[in-house]
Amino acid sequence: MCLAVPGKVLEIESNPLGLRMGKADFGGIVKTVCLEYTPEIVPGDYVLVHVGFALSKVDEEEAVRTYEILREMNQLADLEEAEAEAARAAPAKGDAP
Amino acid sequence: MKYIDEYRQQALAEAVAKEIHRTVTRPWVLMEVCGGQTHSIVKYGLDGLLPKEVELVHGPGCPVCVTPLEMIDKAHAIARQPDVIFCSFGDMLRVPGSESDLLILKSRGADVRVVYSPLDCLKIARANPDKQVVFFAIGFETTAPANAMSVWQARQEGLHNYSMLVSHVLVPPAMEAILRSPDNRVQGFLAPGHVCAVVGYREYEPISAKYHVPIVVTGFEPLDLLEGTLMTLRQLEAGKAEVENQYPRVVKRDGNLVAQELVNKVFEVCDRAWRGVGTIPQSGYRLRPEFRDYDAEQLFQVAGIRTQESPICISGLVLRGVKKPHDCPAFGKECTPQHPLGATMVSAEGACAAYYTYGRHLQQQKGAPAKQSELEVVHS
Repeated sequence: MCLAVPGKVLEIESNPLGLRMGKADFGGIVKTVCLEYTPEIVPGDYVLVHVGFALSKVDEEEAVRTYEILREMNQLADLEEAEAEAARAAPAKGDAP
Repeated sequence: MKYIDEYRQQALAEAVAKEIHRTVTRPWVLMEVCGGQTHSIVKYGLDGLLPKEVELVHGPGCPVCVTPLEMIDKAHAIARQPDVIFCSFGDMLRVPGSESDLLILKSRGADVRVVYSPLDCLKIARANPDKQVVFFAIGFETTAPANAMSVWQARQEGLHNYSMLVSHVLVPPAMEAILRSPDNRVQGFLAPGHVCAVVGYREYEPISAKYHVPIVVTGFEPLDLLEGTLMTLRQLEAGKAEVENQYPRVVKRDGNLVAQELVNKVFEVCDRAWRGVGTIPQSGYRLRPEFRDYDAEQLFQVAGIRTQESPICISGLVLRGVKKPHDCPAFGKECTPQHPLGATMVSAEGACAAYYTYGRHLQQQKGAPAKQSELEVVHS
């Protein structure tokens, strides 16, 4: 129910009834969305859309930061795996005089 | 899709899961509040990636599930009236009332229409000036700005054949109700990211402090959910209880102030009954008195409906995280998505319906282990 999807704003139009509307692209599907709650948005921005309303701008910097944290965790996991492998190999070497 | 695919990568999910295994030293019970999060967790089998010490219980954040049977019967009573066009989000169509559901009413001649956005109702109202267009306005804080705008705009335009049957609910009072309950097991929360996109997370700070419980605002993609789980567990292991934000690409501490302003002009906070839980004080929205002309409950006089819930159903305990769907003797037997007995089976986002959809009733019968993760592998 609270499903909301990020879409790229393509154009902003003012509809005759005074609402700030725009077109947004969701992976190739273009839909009309209401931009009344995101007055700062300009074409090219990504917005999070729920039931036809943009609720917030997707913050590119924060998205990158979150992703970097996850990637670092992955690199750490890789590193540990390599260390564990080395440790497994080590006793064999240790046996040698 | 940008901002979606990158948060579904299997290798990263496994790395976060490893970090979770490294972090956890003893048993913890966490609750994801939102039904959309429950759906993702069960769909991708994320709970299968967690150490056995970590139990995820599923919260009350499914508005379709918690809409009282009485309100659904009211909706049906209105939809049956001549000269009414009854509009609803698709999720509500198959939810059974005491006698039927909206799809059955439609097949019997009622004018029931599915809308994607509440603004669609205004189009229908403009095109049908001789009909009364009624919208079933359900939802959490996430949906309130859209629903509020439809009433606001109707008044701006002087549209008088539009009204709403309001059954809006709010997350923080429900979380407090869970924490206050004597049988509460929840030690940390993944708070609903899209609710917080609207209202921010200031409201959660006093709850976290009062009940000494970590609350982490969390997104909906598999990696968001795993990272939110990790952040909550790190706090628990360190004895901390703070509000943190896993989902800063979407959520700011203050939320969307423009949206909040309009919501507060149109709605006011009121007591609300939650299906399976009971009445929670100050846990919902109703239209302000100045918008009474748009209140379908006032316009259609549908008071006095009496309903009875199934005596077997344990959905109230599931919604509070005390029991799991498979603890119910009726789960997957008398109670299925086709014939739901209670709140958590009526919508795809209900915990029971999610368990059923992804075959967990079958695994339980066979005594098979929890489902393995089925993350999409995305190469970016």
